[in-house]
Amino acid sequence: MGIRFAAGAALVLALSGCYAQEMANQDRYEPLEASGLFEDGMASRQPIEGTVARGQLFEDDHLYRGTVAGQPATEFPFEITAEIMARGQERYQIFCTPCHDQLGTGAGIVVQRGFRRPSSLHVDRLRAAPPGYFFDVMTNGFGAMSSYASQVPAEDRWAIAAYIRALQLSQNANEADLAPEDLELLGAQR
Amino acid sequence: MSQIFHPSTNTLARLSIFGAVFAAAALAFAAGIFARSSVATGVGVAVRQEVPFSHKHHVEGLGLDCRYCHTGVEESSFAGIPPTATCMNCHSQIWVDSPMLEPVRESFRTGDSLEWVRVHDLADFVYFNHSVHVAKGVGCSTCHGQVDEMPLMWKENSLYMEWCLDCHRQPEKFVRPRDEVFNMDWETPPNQLELGRHLVEQYDIENLLSCSTCHR
Ligand code: HEC
Ligand code: HEC
Ligand code: HEC
Ligand code: HEC
Ligand code: HEC
Ligand code: HEC
Repeated sequence: MGIRFAAGAALVLALSGCYAQEMANQDRYEPLEASGLFEDGMASRQPIEGTVARGQLFEDDHLYRGTVAGQPATEFPFEITAEIMARGQERYQIFCTPCHDQLGTGAGIVVQRGFRRPSSLHVDRLRAAPPGYFFDVMTNGFGAMSSYASQVPAEDRWAIAAYIRALQLSQNANEADLAPEDLELLGAQR
Repeated sequence: MSQIFHPSTNTLARLSIFGAVFAAAALAFAAGIFARSSVATGVGVAVRQEVPFSHKHHVEGLGLDCRYCHTGVEESSFAGIPPTATCMNCHSQIWVDSPMLEPVRESFRTGDSLEWVRVHDLADFVYFNHSVHVAKGVGCSTCHGQVDEMPLMWKENSLYMEWCLDCHRQPEKFVRPRDEVFNMDWETPPNQLELGRHLVEQYDIENLLSCSTCHR
């Protein structure tokens, strides 16, 4: 009786789904799954060297490398709208504030924990740097800072570059640079 | 020769036929409870990893945004697990001597991937997509819980079909404004139903209950 009861209980438990079902684990790979089939142990394959996927030729030097005729681009490859500026702010806050901080002075939390301190973005050298320079730093890295190309797509890198321009202006603006309605706002706040 | 069974066993026999129905019901009930217990669902059970990566330290402590590491979550079905290079953005200079991080450094040196044990793993006959949930205002914490308080990752919900359907039937109980999706400190406001109905209309959220939504 005892054994039969135990067997019955096990059967019911099995049917109630706590044992692995074959349909639940099918013979196909999920993203990033391990595989014994390939030498590097990964199911996700890299494209064969030298091949180009559709839409990934990245011919446009300005958009994808930040250069025009071999020089850092002095213009943005597309028009900077308020929407793109907001996108740049959001992306800057996700990817750059950990080290460069909200204002760009270079005292982010990871720097406080011991990472090399970057230069403030508000120095004359960087105020004078063209947008293509910032794009290049994000794309290829700079000294202790690694490349952000794999985490941030090219369009977003330009949006961040635009936002850095805005940050720089925000810390270095004269009253004369402001539109009359902004001055009024400031006056009201004072 | 005396009888093997005493007449009183007749009652016993009748009782046991009757009782078997209850015994079966009780067993099924117990099985149901078991299937919903953390032993079967893994809910609340922290999963050990080769590298003891802590969301508590990185998210709550350092204030990192989910998207710094889970870069696919807004655009693709798969949220993505960060490659070793992402860890090395910081760990090239931070805790460089820590033995805890040795597998990370080794992976970076050799190019072999780190192996992470999956915490959430839906059955292969179910289709799930992060981007649609993020775009329609379902927060990470609604499904994954307070990730910022997890030293090691655990499952907050069973991921059973009934759990998915609870929300698909009444999304207004759960949705929040889009720009709050990544906010780990979001609390359901007292007027959630009112806000939810408004958002359901604004984001054009449907009640997706057809089997082929998830089994395709
Ligand atoms: C993990 C920390 C870290 C993060 C995150 C980070 N940086 Fe940096 N960044 C640095 C450090 C450190 C330097 C200085 C490197 C050196 O001098 O070796 C630097 C340098 C720079 C410079 C060059 C300044 C110069 O002196 O010419 C720019 C521009 C810059 N970063 C932009 C960005 C942007 C934009 C992002 C976000 C996409 C970003 N950084 C994210 C650490 C970081
Ligand atoms: C510094 C990088 C980093 C950040 C930032 C980060 N994560 Fe993770 N996350 C990881 C790594 C690495 C893993 C795999 C190890 C594990 O499961 O703990 C992971 C695993 C997870 C998993 C479980 C995956 C599975 O196996 O099922 C969830 C859910 C998750 N993260 C959610 C979040 C959320 C939500 C946030 C933002 C609040 C976030 N993560 C921020 C690196 C990060
Ligand atoms: C933006 C910078 C940054 C990134 C990216 C990052 N870490 Fe960290 N990590 C830190 C800092 C800073 C500490 C020290 C913790 C502290 O001071 O609170 C740390 C600590 C750790 C520790 C020590 C134990 C602990 O939690 O305190 C481990 C293990 C670790 N990180 C693993 C990882 C892994 C694995 C990844 C990649 C998925 C990663 N880290 C990505 C900054 C980072
Ligand atoms: C509607 C519920 C839901 C929401 C909202 C949600 N997730 Fe998930 N997440 C899941 C499920 C279900 C899985 C398991 C997927 C599988 O097994 O295929 C998962 C898996 C993951 C994984 C493991 C890798 C993967 O994609 O399978 C990570 C990382 C993750 N989620 C992070 C996040 C982050 C970050 C957010 C917030 C932007 C988020 N999730 C929002 C339900 C959700
Ligand atoms: C907290 C709420 C919530 C939970 C939990 C939830 N969903 Fe959803 N899901 C939504 C909302 C909202 C939508 C968007 C409906 C729309 O597009 O109108 C959606 C849409 C979807 C879609 C449609 C995607 C497409 O491309 O058409 C799928 C598939 C889906 N969910 C699967 C799941 C699965 C599987 C689970 C359980 C593992 C789950 N969902 C759990 C809220 C939720
Ligand atoms: C919102 C997504 C969603 C919808 C809609 C949905 N399912 Fe499911 N279904 C799931 C998930 C998630 C599981 C996996 C449960 C698990 O792993 O235990 C599942 C599992 C199942 C199973 C396996 C039972 C088990 O216990 O493993 C069956 C059968 C099933 N579904 C049938 C249906 C039918 C029939 C419909 C339509 C009436 C339907 N499902 C609609 C998400 C969904």
